[in-house]
Amino acid sequence: MAAVTCKDLCKTFSQGGERVIGLERVTLEVEEGEFLCLSGPSGSGKTTLLNTIGGLDTPDSGSITVAGQCIDRFSREQLANLRLHNIGFVFQAYNLIPVLSARENVEFVMQLQGRGLATRRALAMTILEEVGLAGLEDRRPAQLSGGQQQRVAVARAIASDPVLVLADEPTANLDSRNSSQLMELFAELNRRRSATFVIATHDKRVMDFCHRRISLQDGRIVNAESRAAGSA
Amino acid sequence: MSLLLLTKLAWRNLWRNYRRTLIMLAAIILGVWAMIMMNALMRGMVDGMLDSGLKYLPGHAQLHHPAYRDDPGVAHSLEALSAPLQEALADRDILGWSARVKVPAMISSERDSRGVVLLGVDPMQELSIGFAETDLVQGRFLESATDPSVVVGEAMLKRLETRLGRRIVLSSQTVGNEVGERGFPIVGVYRASLPSLEETLVYAGREVVQGMLGMGGAVSEVAILGPDYRRLEPWFGRVAAAVDEGMVLEGWRELDEYLALSLSIQGGAGIVLIVVIFLALSFGLVNTMAMAVFERVREMGLLLALGMPPHAMLYQVLLEALFLLLLGLLAGNLLGWLSLQPLLSGIDLSALAEAAELSGMGATLYPNLRGVDMLRATLIVIFLGLAASLIPAWRAARLDPVTSMNEY
Repeated sequence: MAAVTCKDLCKTFSQGGERVIGLERVTLEVEEGEFLCLSGPSGSGKTTLLNTIGGLDTPDSGSITVAGQCIDRFSREQLANLRLHNIGFVFQAYNLIPVLSARENVEFVMQLQGRGLATRRALAMTILEEVGLAGLEDRRPAQLSGGQQQRVAVARAIASDPVLVLADEPTANLDSRNSSQLMELFAELNRRRSATFVIATHDKRVMDFCHRRISLQDGRIVNAESRAAGSA
Repeated sequence: MSLLLLTKLAWRNLWRNYRRTLIMLAAIILGVWAMIMMNALMRGMVDGMLDSGLKYLPGHAQLHHPAYRDDPGVAHSLEALSAPLQEALADRDILGWSARVKVPAMISSERDSRGVVLLGVDPMQELSIGFAETDLVQGRFLESATDPSVVVGEAMLKRLETRLGRRIVLSSQTVGNEVGERGFPIVGVYRASLPSLEETLVYAGREVVQGMLGMGGAVSEVAILGPDYRRLEPWFGRVAAAVDEGMVLEGWRELDEYLALSLSIQGGAGIVLIVVIFLALSFGLVNTMAMAVFERVREMGLLLALGMPPHAMLYQVLLEALFLLLLGLLAGNLLGWLSLQPLLSGIDLSALAEAAELSGMGATLYPNLRGVDMLRATLIVIFLGLAASLIPAWRAARLDPVTSMNEY
């Protein structure tokens, strides 16, 4: 079953008075449990496609189905609800909530979902241990390194047990060691939790971890390439 | 949506820029303090006017001949009170009543003569409606309705250049249009909150005055005192139902329209004052909340991206404003209450005595801080504060997650 289905997505932006193509007739299907990357140079439409799939941006035309729900006519509140219950996000700049500790950041989405204190606390501690941050749960983001912050962001993304994890250039601010560790973590989580991962990147090392690579250029899919799982 | 989560975020965000929060907090505290002080002083001023006014009236309602207020002479008197009326006046909600003769008269000593209001009273009844033994500064009050003496004000004593124990002569128009006059020894001197009252009111035994003016058992008015001047019911209605023919019952608001106006103005002025002070404050509050939102646009975009509903974002910003307002109100109310404690024993306005008397107040202003005033200020500040914060909160809720995370 498809976790995500995009049909003929088109999106244009206005930049300095000029129309810029973000997406042009993009059609894509992502199967459940897939580990997929979107690659391409800057401005190729990777982030736009990721944001559109995540309900953060709306296409000018075309149709998107996420977790079995067609989101084309969703309101802001409905899109927020979709993201809350079905999608985990990992951003390039970590994007943790500075006034919350690592544990509270991981608990944040679960708390929004209305899960009980005991459940979400236990789950947060388990996941933090899973991503290698045991003992650092009470630290605020400012007290963590870049790699540790990105691990907290990953923990937060998977804590709500989403159907889909969307990661936008997750290794862009990490050194090669931390990048490898993060991708190994992604691959491990994908294997163990059967979560679907869609990663936008132009990092070759990240692409090597993925099962399928979709290349974009000027808002269009120009190539699709599959690799055997675990061949990294 | 977890209120606990929103509360945690709002509280911690409030202290991220603690300097700005403290400055805004100081402004709210000062504003609330000013509201509390002004309200207490205004209420004290109006209370002083009411105290003096109601004591002079006296009572909270009066029975008169229908023509008495236009022509307050002996011709417009009340005959003996009927049994049903006396029964109504014995109502348990009525603190006291006094049947009095009240006529314009001349008072003369060896040195001077002046126009006064002669009150023929039964001292026991008079004490029940407001005259207090403590008002006396020399001598004693009248002993009975047949006491052939007078009690005069301290200012009058000076005007007449006489003293306690000396005799004065009182004269007034009789029922038969003659001039009735009689000599009275001064047995007591009283002090009033207003010097003008001391120069106006002269107390004598009711039956002695009735005899002097040929009134028989008639009186000019019956003054009735209830437990609270703000609420005359239910006793007023019961007395009104028992009023005899040829009598009218009027509350103090009809008897002294200036006083009634002062009271209603005080209520309205209090609210206007709170609103004006808060409007000045609200610019600071809006600016603070707008800056708090502006500085956190990226973070708010993130919260929305993670699935926080837009309405929860609105609540979070409003909660921050609410915390700020509640802290300011708590400290401001406390500061106002503490500041008023040393002033509750009275503020001496003797240096402004003439101005104070013009407004009907005594020479001492007793600030009156009431819980209802604090509550009113609190509710108005919360309501207006949240209303002022709605604009930045609305902007936060309308943020686009992608734009917010990319552009800030």
